Formats: sequence, structure tokens, C-alpha cells
Amino acid sequence: MNYSAPNPFVDEEPIVRIDGVTKTFGSTYAVDDVSLQIFRGEFFSLLGSSGCGKTTLLRMLAGFETPSTGRIYIDGKDITDVPPYRRPINMMFQSYALFPHMSVIDNIAFGLKQEGMPKESIKERVEEMLDLVQISALGSRKPHQLSGGQRQRVALARSLAKHPRILLLDEPLGALDKKLRERTQFELVNIQERLGITFIVVTHDQEEAMTMSSRVALMREGRIEQIDTPRMIYEFPRSRYAASFFGSINLFTGVVESQDDECINIHSDEAGGMLRVNYSHPIAIGSDVTVAVRPEKVRLLPEISGEPNTVEGVIEEIAYLGDVSIYHVDLASGKRMQFTQPNTQALAEQPLDWGQRVTLSWQPQAAGVLTE
Amino acid sequence: MMSPVQKVNWGRLGIAALPWFWLGLFFVLPFLFVLKISLAEPQLAQPPYMELIREFEDGIMTLVVNFSNYQLLLEDSLYINALLGSIKVAAVSTLLAILVGYPMAYGIARAPSHWRLPLLMLIILPFWTSFLIRVYAWIGILKNNGLLNQFLMWLGVTDAPIDILYTQTAVYIGIVYSYLPFIVLPLYATLVRLDQSLLEAAADLGCPPIKQFLLITLPLSLPGLIAGSMLVFIPVMGEFVIPDLLGGPNTLMIGKLMWTEFFANKDWPLASALAAVLLVVLIIPFVLLRHMEQRSEEVE
Repeated sequence: MNYSAPNPFVDEEPIVRIDGVTKTFGSTYAVDDVSLQIFRGEFFSLLGSSGCGKTTLLRMLAGFETPSTGRIYIDGKDITDVPPYRRPINMMFQSYALFPHMSVIDNIAFGLKQEGMPKESIKERVEEMLDLVQISALGSRKPHQLSGGQRQRVALARSLAKHPRILLLDEPLGALDKKLRERTQFELVNIQERLGITFIVVTHDQEEAMTMSSRVALMREGRIEQIDTPRMIYEFPRSRYAASFFGSINLFTGVVESQDDECINIHSDEAGGMLRVNYSHPIAIGSDVTVAVRPEKVRLLPEISGEPNTVEGVIEEIAYLGDVSIYHVDLASGKRMQFTQPNTQALAEQPLDWGQRVTLSWQPQAAGVLTE
Repeated sequence: MMSPVQKVNWGRLGIAALPWFWLGLFFVLPFLFVLKISLAEPQLAQPPYMELIREFEDGIMTLVVNFSNYQLLLEDSLYINALLGSIKVAAVSTLLAILVGYPMAYGIARAPSHWRLPLLMLIILPFWTSFLIRVYAWIGILKNNGLLNQFLMWLGVTDAPIDILYTQTAVYIGIVYSYLPFIVLPLYATLVRLDQSLLEAAADLGCPPIKQFLLITLPLSLPGLIAGSMLVFIPVMGEFVIPDLLGGPNTLMIGKLMWTEFFANKDWPLASALAAVLLVVLIIPFVLLRHMEQRSEEVE
């Protein structure tokens, strides 16, 4: 198992290179020594809870904030000190920031007029954009005459109108209701693929980041916690924070006892026995590690066996979610773990009940090792 | 018996009627008095005008309406010139107040939030002193051996004092100084509410700072600018204290003239006619503006 993400873009020259960027406001570090590279055509997400520095990082890319230290390169050119109106970047604002005194058409045409595009071409481009976001009938309306969803589309059309090389999106779906958000996620991805523009999205919603992104940078307290594809960051989080940010996860602390082939064997008091996990990097025997297992990777065993990755416990809680049920199990060590079972039958007799003793197990390749 | 529906209607009617009642009592009624006096004939008595409905010796009640005051206003170029003079002074003062006030309002609105209140207080503070005293103070500043001339001569800009007091310039200085808060406050109120992300969006779309101001800030501050301009233009039209104290003999303004007719010449009917004409002149731009607003709303 390889821990560095299989990235289809790494062979190219990065379109964005952030190099040791720090931004301080007074004595607080909003962004703390961040370095990362984003490649052409990527759908890149900056993910994190509020105050993690993701928006500040985006605003530095747009040019609204200047890094305290560090440089930002676009296509290899240092743009750290270039003002926002001279950057080949456009941004879609969280508040949409539509000009209230201009019609939809004038909003979309604004950027094109600034670069002195001939009138006929502007008209053509505006129509193309209205068509792209499917609001052709609303061109003459003013922003206050539009619904939230329509305003979001105008904001997107306006930020795409200049055909920027990079589009920054600050919580693009944040103001939409759940249904509309899910539909718009796929539409954003389709538009991105069709236009081939590099998208950099700020979001606090891990599901949104997972659905849309080619890669995700998880941020925490101004630093990058992990950068990976959604699958890698979910399956193989590197830290407890990353592990718990994406859904639920069971964590068992333990001590490395031996390493063979592609696996390490860990003795965990919390799990009440030996755990075996795929891990091909060199690791010191005797070091403290955490084993992470997603609830859906856990299987029920019919009987007790002495194999590694087997735990026993009593079902204490059951949460019925419709598609799956989540079971909370108390182990002998006092540790509580979760596992999920799909509800394959509509009204079948409950196979599992409160207070029932169960034996649980998982594959060595289904778990991850957190060394941080 | 009253149904609940009727009750609600009465309540609503009452609330709607209150401003009308207020306007009727304190605006329409006094104006009707002024209109009445303007149509009367002057006399040397108390009050200094004759009643419109009079009983003559034959015992017949007669309505005597006198239009000669209005006729005089049209015929004597003095009054037309005074009106035009007032319009000119009000227009130039408004323009000067915008030129001085806009940067001030903008500066306060953009200042760090803990600075805004003290800065606004500085704008409002002079109001705590009597208006008359403040205008008198300007005499001390502007006169030939006043502070300004002494300062200019000390700087070496000029050898002899410049005549500022009792000129049109002094009137403009006095008016702009006195009416500045009326334009700064409404402008500040619109500018401080201006969403900064709009300017960022404009910058992001390739718009340099000066064009951001012209294309975004200025059009969006228009409501405050219009309100402020009205608050300066309208009272300046009728202003008589400042031109009287700071202006020269050739400063011709309708307010000053009205004052003279009322108190010096004791010709109440003529002064009332002047007041009525001034009101009409002031109402016309208002009606036009309203009309334009309604039309633009209809277009939307």
C-alpha cells in the first residue's frame, strides 16, 4: 500500500505554487507556513472548519490579502505583489457580491468591459454564459429580483465570463438549501470539466469536498493537515484530526510489536488483543501508533476466533438511519466502537439486538495507521 | 356592533391619517394663511394687511382679491434676479458642500470602526454652539485684519489683506461650513453600509481603484448624495442670516429680500407672495425627482 496519493497531475508544471506562505493578523497566525501545489485542470478543495485559514489562503490567491511571508506563483510567475485587478484569476464570492445597481447582463459583462472587449463579442460571451448556467431568460433582471439559487448562477457566470485560468470559489454552495446544493455540486463539476478551468474551492463541508474534488487539502489552525485525493484522505487519514473530520472512525492505540511483509502487528490493550494492519513504511518496533478503522469496514463474525483484528463486545446502542444501522459496541477494555450494517431487508427480524454479544473483525488492508 | 374587521380598518386608518393630520396642521394650514396674506392689500395697521372678505358701508360682504403682489414679482426684475441669485448660490453651495463633504464622509466610513464615532462627533459638535455665534465667528476670521488675512500675510502669500468678508466668497464659506453636516451624515450612512465585497468583486474582474469608485461606490451612494444635496439646497434657497452677515450689499438672495419686506418694509402681502413663489420653485424639483423614481421603478 502506497501512502502518497496517486495523482494524475503531478507530472506537469503546477499552475499554482504556494511557497511557505504565512499570514498574521496582529499576533494570530491565520495561515501558518503553508506550501502546496495545484495542477492544471484540478478541482482542488481547501477544507476545514471555520477559522482554519482556508478563506485567508483563498483571499491571498485572489490578491485581497498580502502574505506576511512566502511567495505565490502562477504558471511559474511570482504574483505575490500583483494587485487583484491584474491577476489571471477570478473569484466567486460567498455572498455572491453581485452589483445591485446592474442587471444580470451588466453584471456578467462587467469584467469583459474592463478588459476592453468589443461590444459584439461581449454580447456573444454574455449569452454563452447565461446559457451555460441556464438562466437565459433572466438577463434583464436586477439581482434583488432573483432567488438565491439564481443569484448563485449569476455569480458563477460572472466569475467565468473572462475565461480565467483559475477560478476561486468561496463556499459556492453555502447559501443553498440541501436539495439544490446536491444538484449544483454535479453541475459545478460538469462545468469545470467542460471549460477545463482549474477550480479552487473553499468549503467547510466534507461531503461537498469529497463529491467534487480531485484533491482535498484539509486545513487546521492555519496549517495543512493532509493533502490527498478524497479516497486516500478518507481511507488513509494521517492524523486523528483528519480521521475524525471525515465521518466516524474507530481508533485503537497500541504498540508496534513486529513488522513482516507489508504488515505491522500491533498489541492494543484497547482492542484487547493483536491488530494487524497493512503498512509498508519502515517503523520502529515499540513505537506508539493508532490504528484507525471505519465503521463500514467492520464485519460480524459468527463465532469467536483467535485471529488478529478480532474484538468482542456487547451492543449498547443502535441507530437506525434507514439505509444503514449504526451499532455501538462496548469492548471488554471499556472502549466503545462503532460498526455499520446495511439494512438489506425491509422488515426482516432484527438480526442484532441490545445487549447481544458480538464478535467483530476487519481485514488488515481495511485499516490505517496514524503515526502523528 | 362593530365587527373585528371594522376595528382593524379604523386602527389602520388612524395610523395612516396621523401624518396627514400633522402635514395639514403644520404645513398646509400655515401655507394657506401665507397664501391668504399674499392675496391681501397692505395697510398701516395691526395686522399690516386687510382682510380678504370685507363688509363695506352698504352692508354687503365682498371678497377682495389682490393679485398685484404677484404681478409686481413678475414685473420687477429685482425679485426675479433675487430668485435666480438664490438658485445660483444654492446650487454652487451644494456643489461645494459635495466636493468637501464626500471625501469627509468617505474617509469616516472607511476609518477603523472605533474611530468612526469620534469623527462623526467632530462633525456634529459645532451644532452645540449657537448658529449665530458661529457665523459671527467667521466675521472675525474673514475680516481684513482677521485671522485668515494675518495668517496669509505671515506666510508671505500676500502683502496687503485680501477682501473676503462682505463678498460672495464669504457667503459660500459660511454656507458650506454651516451646512456641511447635512451632506456628510446621509452620505456617511450610505457609504458605511456599502458592501466591501462589491469593491473586491470589481477589482477581481479587472477594475482598478479609481474606476471602482466611479462604477460601484458613486452610483451606490447616490441615494445619500441626493438626500444630502436636498438638505443643503432647500434651506440655502431661503437662507438670509449668512448672506446678511457675511455677504456684501450686492449679494441678492430671496430669503434676505423676504426678510426685508416682512420686517423692514412691513409689507406682509408682498413677502407672503415671495414665500409662496419660493415654495413652488422648491417643490417642482421634488415632484420631478419623484416622477423619475416612479418611472425607473416601472421599468424594472
